[in-house]
Amino acid sequence: MLILDCPCCGVRGEETEFHGGGEAHLKRFGPDSSDAEFEGYLFTRQNPKGVNFERWRHANGCGKWFHAARCTMTLEVFATYSAQTYEPPADVIAAIKAKRPEWEMPA
Amino acid sequence: MSEAIKATSALEGFASTGFASVRECGLTGMITLRGDLADKALAKAVKAATGAAMPEQRKITMGKSGKVAWMSSDELLLVVDHAQAPAIVEALTSALKDQFALAVNVSDARVMFEVAGEGNGPREVLAKLAPVDLAPDAFTTGDVRRTRLAQVAGAFWVEADGSFRVVAFRSVAQYVGDLLAQAGATGSAPEYF
Amino acid sequence: MSTRLQSQGRLIDRSESRTFTFNGKTFTGFKGDTLASALLANDQMLLGRSFKYHRPRGIVAAGPEEPNALMNMGEGAKFEPNQRVTTTELFDGLTAKSQNHWPSLEMDVGVVNNYVARFLPAGFYYKTFMFPRFAWKHVFEPIVRHSAGLGQAPKEIDADTYEHFYAYVDVLVVGGGIAGLQSAKAAAESGAKVMLIEQTADFGGRAVVDDAEIDGKHADTWVTETLDALRAMENVTIRTRMMGAGVYDHGYALGYERVTDHAPTMDGPRHRLWRIRAKQIVTATGALERPLSFAGNDIPGVMLAASMRDYLVNWGVVPGQKTVLVTNNDDGYRTAIALKEAGLDVPVVVDARPDANGALPTKARDMGIRIETGKAIAKVKGGKRVTGVEICLMEGEGGAREEIKCDAVAMSGGWSPVVHLWSHCGGKLNWNADQAWFAPDPARPPLGDNGEGFVICSGIASGALDTPDVLTNAHDAGKAAAKAAGFTATRKTAPKAVATAEETMAPVWIMPKKATHAQRAKSWLDFQNDVKVSDVQLAAREGYESVEHTKRYTTLGMATDQGKLSNINGLAILADALGKEIPQVGTTTFRPPYHPISMGAIGGEARGETFQPLRRTPMHAWHEEQGAYMEPVGHWRRPYTYPRGAETHQDAVKREILNTRSNVGLLDASTLGKLIVKGPDAAKFMDMMYTNMMSTLKIGKCRYGLMCSENGFLSDDGVVARIDEDTWLCHTTSGGADRIHGWMEEWLQTEWWDWKVHVANVTEQLAQVAVVGLNARKVLEKIGGMDVSKETLPFMEWKDGTIGGFDCRVYRISFSGELSYEIAVPASQGRAFWDALLDAGAEFGIMPYGTEGLHVMRAEKGFIMIGDETDGTIIPQDLGLNWAISKKKEDFLGKRAQKRSFMDNPDRWQLVGLETLDGSVLPDGAYAIADGTNANGQRNMEGRVTSTYYSPTLDKGIAMGLIHNGPARMGETVKFGLVDGETMVEARIVDAVFYDKEGEKQNV
Repeated sequence: MLILDCPCCGVRGEETEFHGGGEAHLKRFGPDSSDAEFEGYLFTRQNPKGVNFERWRHANGCGKWFHAARCTMTLEVFATYSAQTYEPPADVIAAIKAKRPEWEMPA
Repeated sequence: MSEAIKATSALEGFASTGFASVRECGLTGMITLRGDLADKALAKAVKAATGAAMPEQRKITMGKSGKVAWMSSDELLLVVDHAQAPAIVEALTSALKDQFALAVNVSDARVMFEVAGEGNGPREVLAKLAPVDLAPDAFTTGDVRRTRLAQVAGAFWVEADGSFRVVAFRSVAQYVGDLLAQAGATGSAPEYF
Repeated sequence: MSTRLQSQGRLIDRSESRTFTFNGKTFTGFKGDTLASALLANDQMLLGRSFKYHRPRGIVAAGPEEPNALMNMGEGAKFEPNQRVTTTELFDGLTAKSQNHWPSLEMDVGVVNNYVARFLPAGFYYKTFMFPRFAWKHVFEPIVRHSAGLGQAPKEIDADTYEHFYAYVDVLVVGGGIAGLQSAKAAAESGAKVMLIEQTADFGGRAVVDDAEIDGKHADTWVTETLDALRAMENVTIRTRMMGAGVYDHGYALGYERVTDHAPTMDGPRHRLWRIRAKQIVTATGALERPLSFAGNDIPGVMLAASMRDYLVNWGVVPGQKTVLVTNNDDGYRTAIALKEAGLDVPVVVDARPDANGALPTKARDMGIRIETGKAIAKVKGGKRVTGVEICLMEGEGGAREEIKCDAVAMSGGWSPVVHLWSHCGGKLNWNADQAWFAPDPARPPLGDNGEGFVICSGIASGALDTPDVLTNAHDAGKAAAKAAGFTATRKTAPKAVATAEETMAPVWIMPKKATHAQRAKSWLDFQNDVKVSDVQLAAREGYESVEHTKRYTTLGMATDQGKLSNINGLAILADALGKEIPQVGTTTFRPPYHPISMGAIGGEARGETFQPLRRTPMHAWHEEQGAYMEPVGHWRRPYTYPRGAETHQDAVKREILNTRSNVGLLDASTLGKLIVKGPDAAKFMDMMYTNMMSTLKIGKCRYGLMCSENGFLSDDGVVARIDEDTWLCHTTSGGADRIHGWMEEWLQTEWWDWKVHVANVTEQLAQVAVVGLNARKVLEKIGGMDVSKETLPFMEWKDGTIGGFDCRVYRISFSGELSYEIAVPASQGRAFWDALLDAGAEFGIMPYGTEGLHVMRAEKGFIMIGDETDGTIIPQDLGLNWAISKKKEDFLGKRAQKRSFMDNPDRWQLVGLETLDGSVLPDGAYAIADGTNANGQRNMEGRVTSTYYSPTLDKGIAMGLIHNGPARMGETVKFGLVDGETMVEARIVDAVFYDKEGEKQNV
């Protein structure tokens, strides 16, 4: 059972306080988008084996959403960070690279 | 509300004894205040309502006429007199009318329990239900924690006398009352802390 | 015979006796006994029958690895099956019954299986029951159910209580042997918060039994002193009777504390499940001795050598007077020496190795014990207990047989470190060929949230060999754990101990080396599941190469002991049969719990009244007082109907509806979700959330709104009220409040975080009552207060005010088609308000109605219900709700999805009303049958029923359904299949509004 640090309230809580929300940094495509763009937004997920950016909500806690960079294989948590960002911030990328030098941010 | 009307708390009169005792606290005023917690006008309005200073992250402050608990990065819970709550909501709303803020009376949406007892008994009751480090050096007077109590959301803090106040949703008052009473039953103290 | 000796027994108090019964017979033991030692002291060797062949079985071990001696324990509401006698502490009044025998333990009919054993080969479940298919249900299953299985299922509700407890420590040390004690001490000396748990009631483990010497003292003294030192430290917690049950991700561990098992009359829970979060976990879990595989190794009286020492030293009991030791290592000699020193007869030590010249064999030889090296057991003689052994040469098929009389056999096949906790969360193992064991590979530990290892093994659990090695290793483990948890490790050194030199063991997986089939078919690997050497070999011959497959095929290691004794021996046999090395074959997966834990402990507080949270409205008690029949709506309990006297539910619902339509009804609508949405950007936000245009709603007005998912599907509905310039109040479905609140927050926090909008859930702040029907206004006017006339408060508007002194917000909305007021008051006033309405309404015929009346009345009006007309695949357009979808808005959640070709298409199943030609009520969910069949030969469908009721108002069956091109087919009839799949009912497609189509009744 995972431990996550909620960046919004500072609690280091166990998984039962949180609720997973799938892949992070999705770009919403609205009414004017093409079928392919909309399909990508709604259905296509990276689902990597390794470093993954995902959304979590501190459901049984402060109620806030945040992002986590986590390895789907070892479950290592590299960082948790604000949900109010379009991409992982530089310090999060650095934290991942420190542990996984070979890893590159997917395009 | 006219004075002839009998208002009742969620689990009026509920009490149990054991290594820790549990009591429903009766009607308690509670106000959810959302807004910019760094905003001076908001701090001023809170002070006016409760006499308490703005709490730090996950802290609760006590004032002459109320308590203020940090609930999240943009949310406070004001604990005040039940009868005063509507007027305080109005005062907050008008004081913050130019701010991006929301004050809502949630007094009746909640139930509050007191868990009291010798030594660390009350802590042990909570530690049976919440995935939180309740060791005396990890959680103490002035701290507040929102978490889960078995299967429902809840929040609690420690009073100066070592007793705990537990807040949960009104609809699950019976469930939470039963949980606390069971957890405090005679002979079941883990005596861990 | 097995007896209690006059001497020894360090754990028992001979001055305090304990009385218990076994199979109805009364026995006595002493305080400090386990049920196992007490039974042995009373010469009870035969304790159960085996799973498959019903062979007589006795005690093999002294701890949780015991495979055989499982009991039905307790009676009535305290009954529990499959309890190990070896882990059951004796108490006064204990009742135990043996399992898996019929009619009695001594005379078991199932033993016949023993003689048809060759018809019950490995994989027999797979092979036997394939054909004919009908035979499974009528022949095989009843037989298997009768003959298989261990204990009985409890019949009464468990009278005990159980609980969980959350603990947070720096270092958790599992195991109270000398390794665990030393690790705990080393870790604690650094200042770390340490928790030490031990599964039994006492400390010291093997070292105490085997007379180890530490720092110049007997291990017993060292253990006492170390415990005292630990207890004096404030940062140390010590718990006994608490097993480390499992290790999980990120330092999570489960501790299973048996609080009152040993003293059932005490207050308190029976078991407590500790949910421990540790920065580091040290597993000092020791090692388990392995049996040897020889013919008849399951006959009562054959016991693990070290366990026999435990019984002798700890409880002063021995299973026999004449004991033959069979071993492949030096350690086993300790048993022969201990027995001899206790004055018992050891006729021979059978050592499979060609030579035995280590310190222990030499000592045994010097004591005059006959030692036969290069020898094996050809077979054990005896039925319900050992009467003798035939020994033979280890080499070849085992010639030169000699019979030796004895009444017990001690076997020692070497040791296996207990690596379970290390392995639960992914710690890897290395094969050590010298010791023939798997030991943890410290370079590949289970990883925590920081990517670093969080489990460290200590003592023999890590593969350390003798006492000095164990202590040094344990000390280092404790220091390493403290350091990894962020503390500065102690600079103290490990205690000193003297090593007893032991010569190398010899891996022996079957004896004699070329055992005959007859021998192999009586050489047990898994005692509890009755798996023999020959079964594993057969599996290999039949092509099973993976150890995981072989486990499931043969059931090796699948019983309640999870192969603690059998795994290594079994996979060695498999490796041999496959011509592979043991590490190539590998182990099966170690899964928690280490040892079975009670279902009660897992459930904790979640039983009885607190099984799950039930949500109650402020009027709940009143509903219950009236004898309302309640139904679950999410976690809410709502009155379905309020039956009077002998009334059926159907009649009660009918009465409630007719009364509401002709007089006035009262509904507790408190469960409706109520969300406040406020802020400068609330208008924009509301327009995104709802398909309707909510920004144009005028203050004081109400509007019915729809919410869709991004996939376009209808997700929730409800009436929205505009409160002021920047505030809206959204009603959601009952049970939908939390979900929709979360949905709104999600968009605000993760997509439009620059929008200034606050959402607050005030569902439970307000009790809401619907006053519905012709006389609704009269009731409110009688109570008196705010003006509720049509002119001041017309349909689809709301107002704040007071009625009878209650603080009210009154909505003129209707879900029934009648004149209706939905009135919200603070929840604390809810019950009083409800009572006031009942009082005032009495003269107007007021009656409460339940959710079924609500459902029927809304169906009569053709109103949809989320969850009935929708199922997550329905778009609003399917339900004829186009009028509630704004054409002007550029965007709203679901808009893009609804433009996809297959949604933006009239060729879909769409909502219509359905009237059966014969007036009957259609079955819920029935499908409309079309002509022809599909590619799979199934009948084609052209629609289905979504809501169906008997309408008391119209006195006939009415339904709503989704029909292919439905709205274009008004007046056509369609056929619906009944449950029998044959009978067809014809229904006419009609308008879904059955009652008051013009809406005149609600707008008065």
